[in-house]
Amino acid sequence: MRKSSAATELWTTLPKPRGPVMKHILGQPLGALGLVLIVLGFVVAFAAPWIAPYDPLATDYGNAIAPPSFAHWMGTDSFGRDLLSRILFGGRTAFLIGVSASFIGCTIGLFVGITSAYAGGWVDAIVERFMEILLAIPITVLALVLVSSLGRNMVYGVDLNLVFAIALPIIPKMARVARSQALTIRNLSYIDAAVTLGFSDLRIIVRHMAPNIFGPYIVMLTAFISQAILIEASLSYLGLGVAEPTPSWGLMLAGNAFNTSMTAPWIVIYPGLAIALVVFAFSMFGDALRDVFDPKARADR
Amino acid sequence: MLQFIGRRLLLALPTLLGVATLTFFMLHVLPGDLVETMLRAEGGNPSVELVAAERARLGLDQPLIVQYFEFLKGLAVLDLGQSHWTGKPVAEEIFSRLPVTLEVAALSMIVAIALAIPLGTIAGMYPGSTVDYAIRSFAIAGIALPSFWFGMVVALAMLWYFNWLPPLGTASLFKNPLTALQQLILPAIAVGYRYSAILIRMMRSSVIETMHEDFVRTARAKGLAMRTIIRRHVIPNSLLPTITMIGLEFALLVGSLVVIEQVFSLNGIGRLFIESVSRSDFIVIQGIVMVLTLIFIAVNFLVDLAYAVIDPRIQLG
Repeated sequence: MRKSSAATELWTTLPKPRGPVMKHILGQPLGALGLVLIVLGFVVAFAAPWIAPYDPLATDYGNAIAPPSFAHWMGTDSFGRDLLSRILFGGRTAFLIGVSASFIGCTIGLFVGITSAYAGGWVDAIVERFMEILLAIPITVLALVLVSSLGRNMVYGVDLNLVFAIALPIIPKMARVARSQALTIRNLSYIDAAVTLGFSDLRIIVRHMAPNIFGPYIVMLTAFISQAILIEASLSYLGLGVAEPTPSWGLMLAGNAFNTSMTAPWIVIYPGLAIALVVFAFSMFGDALRDVFDPKARADR
Repeated sequence: MLQFIGRRLLLALPTLLGVATLTFFMLHVLPGDLVETMLRAEGGNPSVELVAAERARLGLDQPLIVQYFEFLKGLAVLDLGQSHWTGKPVAEEIFSRLPVTLEVAALSMIVAIALAIPLGTIAGMYPGSTVDYAIRSFAIAGIALPSFWFGMVVALAMLWYFNWLPPLGTASLFKNPLTALQQLILPAIAVGYRYSAILIRMMRSSVIETMHEDFVRTARAKGLAMRTIIRRHVIPNSLLPTITMIGLEFALLVGSLVVIEQVFSLNGIGRLFIESVSRSDFIVIQGIVMVLTLIFIAVNFLVDLAYAVIDPRIQLG
């Protein structure tokens, strides 16, 4: 079962997909299911304004806490707002914040890691210490501290500070992976060749090192989208994330939703299922991607 | 051994200092003015003089660097300062709420390990079988379900089917163990399930790997019963990566704890944290981050110690 150490090293040095990536992912039932759910989620979230049966913000107190029916497929909340419409619009919030936070965190982390490995010496030492400090603070705790200190900064209806608060704890995790990969790449002869040719450091990092870490980058990116969506939901649930009245799945569970749900369980069931489904989709897709890019880590060999 | 402990403690100090510095400066970009918020909460519109006087009383009119060194000076003698909101010492606020959080944390960990070791081992013994698929689905669900929501659903199910709700208030595990256990078990299951999902996957893959080791083949060849091989050879050798995971993912547990306390109205650190964030009482936030980081470092330290106990090949030093 074990590969010889030389073969193992070759794999860690230059992670390359075996054949077309998509073919392999679609060959794995769970990964394919994840991808289908992600695409479906994106389409539904994008199309929310056109397919949602009601205005997600419209209150109807005469029809509050109505059980699921043909008029309201998922029932209504304690303000009489249609749950299905709120979940569709909440999907926009989740995808927007999850994808952008993970993208920002992973991209910054990628370049921090590569630069640190490429520069070496004291730059590497200082960056490493700083990343260790960030890693020592639990991810949700770090996000909470940032949310409390930054306040809100709304741009086009998106709280940029919230995105940043979720992205920051991702940076050291990505940086650590990128650095270890970059350390091996750095010693390959083509990098020496590039240095000898007099290419600028920036060009070497962006054009010659980063593309070779694309595999781990895309795996981490997918994995952290599900993390970021979970953190957004947790923060919103705590009343420190997305602000009312913006529909958000975490926010739908907040306040007295739990107490109300003792007589009206649908208020709590559906938003949670939405979160679980999306997190499931990204985790499974991420696992499939990892199997493609790093066959050593396959769950079922 | 003593040398190892001493060195690890010394290594933890720069990290703690770094966390303290980072947290302090992150919190002091704070735009919300605590003093104004506080005085407004007492009613009326505070005058400019009153706000200034309060700021001076709390030491908030000092330059940032002076405040920073005051904070560090306090930390050196384990003084976390006084809450700006209640005026009580931060250490007292934190330590009165720490037991509940630690109890839930310990119970969740027990739930997680009790699920992960047997399930991970069974799945790893028969990879690709129906049992394996069932266990893996169980683990995948644990990763996808947000623990605070899962907690709500479990509580709703208990109410729906057994008409049972956890007793209100906060009972001490030592004075009133039965009531306390009833309050703590649901949050522990919710958080522990999520935590166990990660451990099951780790345990499963390391059992698969161990099953192919030479010593397992030797044990089989000399006719040892499968049960003995699993118990004596496979499980101990597969535990190491799983235990590493317990330490690494402890941060995740802490994050879930902060949220789950809100669901079950437990008066722990998480509750205090959220309250302090909404009051922008950054002295308390700072203290909590320091205590949580310390616990995180301590758990990882214990994990390293556990290595030596489980695997005699590893020598600390």
